[in-house]
Amino acid sequence: MYRIRFHGRGGHGIKTGARILGSAFFAEGFEVQDAPRYGAERRGAPLDASVRASRGPIRERGALRAPDLVVVADETLIPVRSAGVAAGLAAHTWFLIRSAAPAAVWRERMARPERVLALAAAADERAELPFLGSIAAAAAARLVGAISWPALEGALAREVAGFGAGAQAESRARARAAWDALAPHAGAVGEGPELLTAGGDPGWIDLPLDLAERAAPDVRVPLTSLEVKTGLWRTQRPVIEPDRCHGCAWICSSLCPDGAIAIAGGRPVIDYDHCKGCGVCVAVCPHHAIHVEREELARAGAQP
Amino acid sequence: MTRVLLTGNAAAAWGARLAGVDYVPAFPITPQTEILETLGAWIEGGELRARMVMLESEHSMVTAAGAAAATGVRVFTATSSQGLLYALEMLYTVAGWRAPFVLVNVSRGLAAPITLGSDHGDVLAARDCGFLQLHAASAQEVLDFVLLGARLGEDARVRLPVLVNLDGFTLSFTREPVALPEAVEAARFVGPFDPGTVRFRASRPISQAVAVLGGSPYSYFRYEMQRAAEAALLAWPEVAGAFANAFGRRYEAVATHRCEDAEVVLCLLGALATQAEGVVDQLRAEGRRVGLVRPRLLRPFPAEALRAALAGKRAVAVLDQDLSLGLGGVLHGELAAALYGAAGAPPVLASFVGGLGGRDVAGTELAAMLEAAARAADAGVPPAPRLLYTETELRELRKLQAIALGERHELARGERSELARGEGA
Repeated sequence: MYRIRFHGRGGHGIKTGARILGSAFFAEGFEVQDAPRYGAERRGAPLDASVRASRGPIRERGALRAPDLVVVADETLIPVRSAGVAAGLAAHTWFLIRSAAPAAVWRERMARPERVLALAAAADERAELPFLGSIAAAAAARLVGAISWPALEGALAREVAGFGAGAQAESRARARAAWDALAPHAGAVGEGPELLTAGGDPGWIDLPLDLAERAAPDVRVPLTSLEVKTGLWRTQRPVIEPDRCHGCAWICSSLCPDGAIAIAGGRPVIDYDHCKGCGVCVAVCPHHAIHVEREELARAGAQP
Repeated sequence: MTRVLLTGNAAAAWGARLAGVDYVPAFPITPQTEILETLGAWIEGGELRARMVMLESEHSMVTAAGAAAATGVRVFTATSSQGLLYALEMLYTVAGWRAPFVLVNVSRGLAAPITLGSDHGDVLAARDCGFLQLHAASAQEVLDFVLLGARLGEDARVRLPVLVNLDGFTLSFTREPVALPEAVEAARFVGPFDPGTVRFRASRPISQAVAVLGGSPYSYFRYEMQRAAEAALLAWPEVAGAFANAFGRRYEAVATHRCEDAEVVLCLLGALATQAEGVVDQLRAEGRRVGLVRPRLLRPFPAEALRAALAGKRAVAVLDQDLSLGLGGVLHGELAAALYGAAGAPPVLASFVGGLGGRDVAGTELAAMLEAAARAADAGVPPAPRLLYTETELRELRKLQAIALGERHELARGERSELARGEGA
């Protein structure tokens, strides 16, 4: 059985990518399971999607154990613990990361001497983001070698049909580029071993009685939330223009759904570590004193 | 009949479409919303001739479903978790109307704390309300059970609403191959809904939901619902047989896998059965005589079929993906009640609770349950109920708690100093 997992962020098309790969396997006569895994948050939040494919019936459910291939479409996920990029990595697992850094760098960073590949991000990195799923699907299809280009192309056309002709064409072109780029490693990824009962004793324990002081699931001070830099999810950034701001800061600060606008000296101050760039403040500011900048341009320029 | 990749949610929507549903009262909730989105898109695109109405809550949604079914149209609706519990009052009520329709529940653990992951706490909270319950283990079963449920619930001997359950994420969001029945054959199998004379008509007011009754007439009506549920169990082989003739897939009320000559048997509900079958096959290859039993019908409870399947076994390991707090696993208790005093009842019925709120249950854990049950049979002592949790899990949880406890102590310090200031003033 092939077990393949894609990692990306909401908006990258990762769920669609798993469907493309699943459909391509299915077209090649495999039995297939494909499934995304995510929480309540969507755009920008880490998510993964998995594909199982086998010539026989699939008798596994839930999270992949020991994947044969992990594709990380966004390298900023590596340090995010909840993204679980390294979950279940085994000796036989191939690891493909979309990154400007070469594979040798990632071999060192991941402490994996082999089976690490890097796929260079396109020059127009930003425009590539919505197509990362298609790219991951094409890369994975090429690496397993059991899927022909026509099967992948057909699956891709079916799964992105709802996004319009322009998106379809672009999706296909970017998938083809990844397919070609990985030609030297075609067929490198093989089917993993049977894993259902591997590993023996699950290591169950008897839970102790913890008093409510410990066991009530309260979060009273948002230190946990402070630790998670949700500002990383932002694709656009609100910027306050001090000259136009009238200091009616209770409006933007109380309507910010993430509590990311504080008031200091009667003026609003945006916490860019946690602002997700939703734009509510931009919409509600009565004096139009907040405008939007594209995140990567704002980052490249002067940090506020 | 074509084979396509469908999520469990899409399979549920296909079931409703092929059942020729007329009316879909709706309210969104994760992980069920995709069912209603799919039906909505078909209705808008003219592929499904039905009316969809967005209600303001699940309570109203189920009321609308029951009221519409009482007029004799075919109704389908879906919800999950908190939504099912919010509608619980009306689940009892519309079942009492004897208004048949299919409600799909996508299982999700109940708050608090909040999870989106699957367990059966929601659907088992609705086990006593008069809805029949079918528990699916694959996207194929989801689709097929919607068709079977429509026909069974509308059967003149039954006339009860039917709940079809599927597990969140592992089925709802997971695509797998599904054989799509031909529309004509599906329509022929389900047939038209004939409500007979038990129905509302415009301008002919009747009261189906009698206001206040004393204990004796009340008992009569509730007992008749019990008789109707029993009749559903008797009707099942006939309905499932007709389904098998039409589509080639036979669904016994209790699914068994390599059970006949097994000594130790695993019993569970829902999607995990797929994985359990794989584990059983592996252990069989190692020479272990193990098997799997899975009730497809939970209401009516197929007690006789379970007694037959488990007679003479040395031990049964029951996995509950639910927890009746203060008692333990619900399925374990129901199975114990069915087996008590029966000839050949297994001497050991081991209880395991796991897979709550989407917590993964590994194949190794299923194997370990069978192993623990076998050891208990050897020793002649039933094991203590086991809540599945590993040392690794607890270690990870303690890390999270360290942050939360730090916060709590920080806050407590703040409160004390505020208090001190207040007293000083």
